[in-house]
Amino acid sequence: MSTLSDPPAESFRLSQLINDKRYRSITFQFIALLGLIVVMAYLGWNLVQNLAAAGLNLSYGFLGEPAGYDINQTLIEYTSQSSHLRAAVVGVLNTLLVAVVGCFLATVIGVVVGVLRLSKNWLVRKLMAVYVEIFRNVPVLIWILIIMAVFVAVLPQPRDFRGDNPEASMLWEAFAFTGRGFYSPRPFFTAEWAAGGTGWLIVIALLVAGFFGARALANWATKTQEATGVRPTTWYYTLAIWFGPLIIALIAMGLSWEMPELKGFNFRGGIFMRNSLIALTFALAIYTAAFIAENVRAGILAVSKGQTEAAASLGLRPNRIMNLVVLPQALRVIIPPLISQYLNLTKNSSLAIAVGYMDLTGTLGGITLNQTGRAIECVLLLMLFYLTISLGISAIMNVYNNAVKLKER
Amino acid sequence: MSDTHAQTVAYVRETMLPELEPPATERGVIKWMRENLFAGWFNSILTIFAAYVIYKIVVGALPWFANGIWTTDSLAECREILQGATGGCFSVLTERWNQLLFGFKYPDDQYWRPTLAFVVMLVSIAPVLFSHLPRKMLILTGLFPFVAFWLIWGGTILAPLVALLGFVAAYIAFKKVEHQSFAMGLLAGLITAIVVWFVGGFVSGAASNVLALEPVASRDMGGFMLNMILGTVCVSLSLPIGICLALGRQSDMPIIKWICVVFIEFIRGVPLITLLFVANVVLAYFLPPGTNFDLIVRVIIMITAFSSAYIAEVIRGGLAALPRGQYEAADSLGLDYAQATRLIIMPQALKISIPGIVNVAVGLFKDTTLVSVISMFDLVGMIRGPILASTEWNGVYWELWGFAVFVFFIVCYGISQYSQWLERQLQTDHR
Repeated sequence: MSTLSDPPAESFRLSQLINDKRYRSITFQFIALLGLIVVMAYLGWNLVQNLAAAGLNLSYGFLGEPAGYDINQTLIEYTSQSSHLRAAVVGVLNTLLVAVVGCFLATVIGVVVGVLRLSKNWLVRKLMAVYVEIFRNVPVLIWILIIMAVFVAVLPQPRDFRGDNPEASMLWEAFAFTGRGFYSPRPFFTAEWAAGGTGWLIVIALLVAGFFGARALANWATKTQEATGVRPTTWYYTLAIWFGPLIIALIAMGLSWEMPELKGFNFRGGIFMRNSLIALTFALAIYTAAFIAENVRAGILAVSKGQTEAAASLGLRPNRIMNLVVLPQALRVIIPPLISQYLNLTKNSSLAIAVGYMDLTGTLGGITLNQTGRAIECVLLLMLFYLTISLGISAIMNVYNNAVKLKER
Repeated sequence: MSDTHAQTVAYVRETMLPELEPPATERGVIKWMRENLFAGWFNSILTIFAAYVIYKIVVGALPWFANGIWTTDSLAECREILQGATGGCFSVLTERWNQLLFGFKYPDDQYWRPTLAFVVMLVSIAPVLFSHLPRKMLILTGLFPFVAFWLIWGGTILAPLVALLGFVAAYIAFKKVEHQSFAMGLLAGLITAIVVWFVGGFVSGAASNVLALEPVASRDMGGFMLNMILGTVCVSLSLPIGICLALGRQSDMPIIKWICVVFIEFIRGVPLITLLFVANVVLAYFLPPGTNFDLIVRVIIMITAFSSAYIAEVIRGGLAALPRGQYEAADSLGLDYAQATRLIIMPQALKISIPGIVNVAVGLFKDTTLVSVISMFDLVGMIRGPILASTEWNGVYWELWGFAVFVFFIVCYGISQYSQWLERQLQTDHR
């Protein structure tokens, strides 16, 4: 008969630090931490030495000083007397402008192409495959530069619009597409109380209200359908909720348009979008759309055929199969890579510097950096901005992923 | 009615009728077209529209290619010959061919060196890509980095030889000590390599004329060669680093895990351009005063860091996709962490992550064009800078950009097709 007894208490030996699984991880982490601290200290020491040698010190005081350079495309008031900080803010807004418009365009093109790649039409299918492969396999920088070159070379110059028999003419007397950029009418409000930003705030508020109103209506319709089996026709109510108050408000505020006009050798008035902005946005959009198209295609293919057949056997019509069965399941597959494509587009928008569009990389990381010589501070701020956007969007995406995750038990 | 029935004679056909051909609309080309091009009015409209687009492109591009001129010395001469007709001025490609490939500073009489390095690369990469080639060729692959360095940068052959010796000595030392523990083996290898490099540094410094090629400075590299150098160097360096980062992120040691997580998330959160800015203007502040690092080395460091973070995420996906049972089976065989990772986990995880790794590699190769933003003259930099700015070729957009698109497309499409082929080869599960 044997009795169980505790194993003999071992005394700690030094070799356990490397051979014993219990202590080894502590050794390794200690070494890693030590290494990290040594490297950091070494780099920091070099930094201090180099800064002292160059007579510099780290400070963000330069942000308050006047920038002294012009920015040719701004969303907010900016003059060359404004501070570097304001130039950076202009850059941030310009980055966001390209990112938002680019993401929207890329989604539209990408979804259309992705669906067309699954079309029954052989010719269209092949054409879309060629588009996707060509755009995915060539650097986006080349596309940006090509599209910029095409805009400058192919579109007419403003002077071509002059004279009695001009070479180029405006579209509906309102839009002008020139090699320098696009001109379009600018809406503004004549009523005094709506001048400035107030009018636009009202418009945005009405749009938000319309969104929630339309959702409430849809919920009511669904409830009625579940109770009675008949879905009430609501599309004209929806239209009225969206646009009724908006139209009334716009008329009350006196909406009118400022048309671009040819004065001398250039257009004046209206909204001016520089060719660099257009080329960058368009290039980023069609480049990213090629990737999104592949995501969409993969997402639709990921929904098993049994789902479609089951829905058909329930008697659903094809478009309702698509809307109620296939798309909701495909979206679960499509959305995560879609978001990461949005992030890529936002990060790629820093290539604006190649066509001279003044986004954050162009203002803070470009001219401000060169003028003030504050390389470390500028690059740090630049990274911080992109990092904030990336991490923010990833956080939102994680929340979304958890929300739509298949609830498994 | 009933009597008509009574009079009919029951008739049963005794022989089969000969088969008729299906109607014209249901066979051959017409059937295919009906099903694939003109099924329904919407599809017909799409087809007609697509055909129109293709027609437009062909009509625009065909005379441009057909009337292309390949032999003039400037755009003005091209225009003179064309007399207003549509036609490409491809002579920019023939005249500036060497600049497009090698940059404008690489010595003319040494072009054979990068070309030879390229050929050696094709040969030595073959056994890695195609597993049925003789395994002995892998020795060539191992030698390739040193040969290529010697060919492209020039200088004495002793420098790469010493580097190679260091690696070989390290490997031998690792094998000797490995039975004790994997970590000790690594440490022994590291120390041996450093000793060999230190001693060898004196030797190669003293005898700098042994088998010396004309040295070429890094700043003289350019053209598509620069893209190739950055692409191959950074991909091959970032793969092992990426594996380490992925393992670190999966590890249960909190400090190591968090170091890896912070590094990966930081790198993935910022655009490559900002990292290149760091390489260009910031990195110098963090190096000891007086050191003057090559720009190309700084750029390689930053691009490698960039792509290793992405590769780490891809491999982490592969590790996560591996069934839990594989880890447990390795443990139950009594393998330690290093053995289990090397023999059981990594081969399977890497196989799962091949498509992702290839995607990262293609993306990285495309991203090497960004170095033109920090005024390095890669293919895009050459086109934007010296060539389009020259008086002879100012305005030849289509031909030059078309060439750039063509070159990148060939390489990237080739890589992605290879990865799909490899995926099919490695598919061992039954479907």
